[in-house]
Amino acid sequence: MSRAVRFAPLALLLVVIAALIWRLATPTDSNVPSKLDGRPIPAFDLGAALEAKPALRSRDLTGRPRLLNIFASWCVPCVGEVKVLQQLRARGVAIDGIAIRDRPEDVAAFLASNGDPYEKIGDDPQSAVQISLGSSGVPESFVVDGKGIIRYQHIGPIEPADVPLILAKLEQAR
Amino acid sequence: MKRVAILVAFLSAQPLLADSNLPPAYWADRQLPDPRDEAKAQALMDELRCLVCQGQSIADSDAELAGDMRDLVRRRIAAGEKPSAIRSWLIQRYGTWISYKPTAEPAAWPLWLAPLALLLIGAWLIRRRIKR
Repeated sequence: MSRAVRFAPLALLLVVIAALIWRLATPTDSNVPSKLDGRPIPAFDLGAALEAKPALRSRDLTGRPRLLNIFASWCVPCVGEVKVLQQLRARGVAIDGIAIRDRPEDVAAFLASNGDPYEKIGDDPQSAVQISLGSSGVPESFVVDGKGIIRYQHIGPIEPADVPLILAKLEQAR
Repeated sequence: MKRVAILVAFLSAQPLLADSNLPPAYWADRQLPDPRDEAKAQALMDELRCLVCQGQSIADSDAELAGDMRDLVRRRIAAGEKPSAIRSWLIQRYGTWISYKPTAEPAAWPLWLAPLALLLIGAWLIRRRIKR
């Protein structure tokens, strides 16, 4: 057996170890982006998530660029995000919400204790509209332009550091 | 007193769940009345990937979103929609990622060619042995 062949298994082992270290150092992105980015928002007509707020239909997402926020009262990161959404609202951003698998009293309590940045909130008790949007969790947000085209999808909570990004995406959608 | 307090704390402990307070969707864990429809739905659900417990099918996953997707699949099958139509509706939204069924796109070519390549290598090895 030649020398090169004798050392082949060792070389193979080193390649495998290098591959494993590389994957550990740069983990894969497990987010699943929606393929509807750049396409019209699917038609929906949701009921009101709570009495005090108007319901949400896809037709309402027209006129000027709007931020559509997918949230839930039982979602922990949403508590922090809703405060950032209020900052965005204070800067003139129009925000609508879709409450996933929620109850009116829970949504009301969530808004009462964390603040309320939403103009309209639709009730999506079986995640049907969430699935039709290609969204895979809470919270997620979509920038929808004045013609009802999805221009940007933000997966995960909007952090204070994301505010300039969101404002820029809304400006681009103009 | 302290022991009682600890006992009460243990008994009232709740896991911190990132789950909603709503019950599962109607068709999430219920079979369709028509066994043929149910078989079609089951076959499709086995091939759809859960968005939450990635690596499980929606038939296997306990995630609420998987339950809602099972409900969606069963409702549409019961309404007469073809499984292939439901699959492509989901692929339009989530990409081929959502489906376990391999496609013929270039990224999947090694998958299709590997068995052929292995057979050829095997045949070549056997031929060498026989010749010797």
